[in-house]
Amino acid sequence: MYLSQFLLLAAVLFCIGIYGVLARRNAVLVLMSIELMLNAVNINLVAFGAFRRNVVGQVFALFVIAIAAAEVGVGLAIVLLIYRNRASIGLDEVDLMKG
Amino acid sequence: MLDNVWLIPLLPAVSFAVILLWGKRLPSKGAESGILAVGASFVLSVVVAAEWIAKSGPREAIEHSSTWLQSGSVKFGAGTHVDGLTVMMLLVVTFISLMVHVYSTGYMHGDRRYTYFFAALSLFTASMLLLVVSDNSLQFLVGWELVGVCSFMLIGHWWEEKDNSDAAVKAFLTTRTGDVGLMIGIITLFFAAKGSFNIAHLNQLALEGGISHRLLLVGGTCLFLGVVGKSAQFPLHTWLPDAMAGPTPVSALIHAATMVVAGVYLIARFYPVFFSGFSIDAGGVNAVAIIGSITLVIAALLAFVQDDVKKVLAYSTVSQLGYMVMALGVGAWSAGIFHLFTHAFFKALLFLAAGSVIHGVHSNNMSEMGGLRKHMPWTFRTFIIGSLALAGIPPLAGFFSKDEILLGAHENGFPLMLVVGLIGAFMTAAYMTRACYLVFWGEYRGHGHPHESPPSMVVPLQVLAVLSVVAGLVNTWVVGDRLRFAHWATVPGTEELIQRFRLEHAFALSDAAISVAVAVAGIGLAGLYYFRGALKPIRGLTRRSTAARAGYTLLVNKYYLDVFYTDIIVGSIKGPIAQAAYWFDQRVIDGVVNGAGVGAREVGRFTYDVIDQRVVDGLANGAGAGAEESGSILRLIQTGRVQQYAAALFGAAALFAVGLVLIT
Repeated sequence: MYLSQFLLLAAVLFCIGIYGVLARRNAVLVLMSIELMLNAVNINLVAFGAFRRNVVGQVFALFVIAIAAAEVGVGLAIVLLIYRNRASIGLDEVDLMKG
Repeated sequence: MLDNVWLIPLLPAVSFAVILLWGKRLPSKGAESGILAVGASFVLSVVVAAEWIAKSGPREAIEHSSTWLQSGSVKFGAGTHVDGLTVMMLLVVTFISLMVHVYSTGYMHGDRRYTYFFAALSLFTASMLLLVVSDNSLQFLVGWELVGVCSFMLIGHWWEEKDNSDAAVKAFLTTRTGDVGLMIGIITLFFAAKGSFNIAHLNQLALEGGISHRLLLVGGTCLFLGVVGKSAQFPLHTWLPDAMAGPTPVSALIHAATMVVAGVYLIARFYPVFFSGFSIDAGGVNAVAIIGSITLVIAALLAFVQDDVKKVLAYSTVSQLGYMVMALGVGAWSAGIFHLFTHAFFKALLFLAAGSVIHGVHSNNMSEMGGLRKHMPWTFRTFIIGSLALAGIPPLAGFFSKDEILLGAHENGFPLMLVVGLIGAFMTAAYMTRACYLVFWGEYRGHGHPHESPPSMVVPLQVLAVLSVVAGLVNTWVVGDRLRFAHWATVPGTEELIQRFRLEHAFALSDAAISVAVAVAGIGLAGLYYFRGALKPIRGLTRRSTAARAGYTLLVNKYYLDVFYTDIIVGSIKGPIAQAAYWFDQRVIDGVVNGAGVGAREVGRFTYDVIDQRVVDGLANGAGAGAEESGSILRLIQTGRVQQYAAALFGAAALFAVGLVLIT
């Protein structure tokens, strides 16, 4: 068991997440990608916690999961409202804040 | 009552307000209010006088004052000061004013401004009383100026005629000329007394030598200017004869009680200042005595050539005021104010009697009178009594006071003033004989039927006539020691000064004989000339002799003093001086002003064009334009697409990560 294996996995997951956030036009998929990124971080936290024989990493991971749940709740509500207003959830169409 | 003297001026003041507000609705149109108030003041004055005279031992002046406002250590207050001089003045002012009020109900009957007239009379009396009781020079000045304003109102009572309003303005402006001096004097003496307006304190300092002689001389001279204006002394006497334009009761009031005697009262009140300032104890001559004696003679001369009966009396007042001022100037303080006292009665009597005559014949001119002794018996009798009192025939009032003045001049070492006083006594007797003859003897020369005046006018005449006979006895052994004028009409603290000339010895038979002889000579000569038609050489002298004609012309033109004032002083101010001032104003002052204006305009234009338009506006606009430019550039990156922002975020994070790795 090497720490680097977990870190590598987390890095790969994080990158996939970034790709999803940046490249997907579907808002739901973007939310899912964000979830990926968060979980990559969770893996890092748990891995470091185990490596340092410290329980703090796992506690933090639990916090992140809780907050991720809240975030997804709010995010999905926003997406739902956007869909109701525009009959579409394409993110490239949401540019009301264009300067 | 000695502690509540403030009531005495207050009552007429209240009456003034009452008449002004409700006078027209009162049953007698306001007259009763004035008579009641002044009558009450008179009664109170009598009480005050009785209490003052009844005081035993050395009398102390009674002062009450309250602070009106305080600025630093300087107190401006109002207060009362009671001593013998105050008591005497209170008696004279309230009594004469009461007589005039009663008389006016007859004389002014049916006048269109009857109510207004009584309101002004009340205020006049109140002002004079305020002046008389004041304990500080500031309140004195207030009363003094109020008296001036009231005289202005009353002299110009019939202002519809230009002459009358001119006379009022003249009286006001002429006395104002002197008042400037008075004001400066009061300020000077305020500082001389180390920041106090209190008159008694000032007198004390002057008496003890706490103030330098030079300061007293300056202050005294300035005060004396005020006296010259108010008491019609040479050369500012010209307003008083013109003031005859007012109704006759007003003339009586002005001459006997409320206006011109204020000046004499001022000298008497500030006597230590004058005494030390003008070195009166040195004898010989001093400014006060000189001005008094000049006034005495020139006014008496003018009285000979007047046709208007009131102007004869006016010049006689000027002349008698000259006596009073001269008396104070020669150090005969008691004699001076005693003359003020007696003069008030017989001069009020003469004026009111003259008013009665004018009321009867509807003319002021003696050329339209004559033979009136049959038509107006009471007026005739009282006028004769007044004339004899004025001429100084014993035992009438004028004899005693005039005699004391002459004796004072003699004893205090002023021989010149004694001679002038005797000449004045001679002339007084002569011109009064002339006036009596022209009014009451000979044939009636006027129009219509003269008639005796109503009782409201005759009764005051009779009362005053009685007093004119007996007033002089107040300063003799007849009334006893306690009641004797010189014993109670004193100013505590200055007895030493004012009684240097002891009045109980003031009856020297030789002097009295001389003055009576002179007066009888005056009456006799004038009587011979007018009644018997004797002294033929004098008759027509003005037609035969150039010198006499020149003198006559000089007198008719009143020594050209009016010409001097109106044409030379006012004329030069109106003419060349005004033009020069106009030129200076147009060229110099306006030049400076205009230059300043143009300069300011140019500076303003430069500021506007360069600083404001270019610099300030440039900065403001530049800031705006810069913000706009930068905004329009920056808005390009504000696409509104979340994913682009995220890309920028992650890209930047990645760059930082790379940087971090490279650095470490």
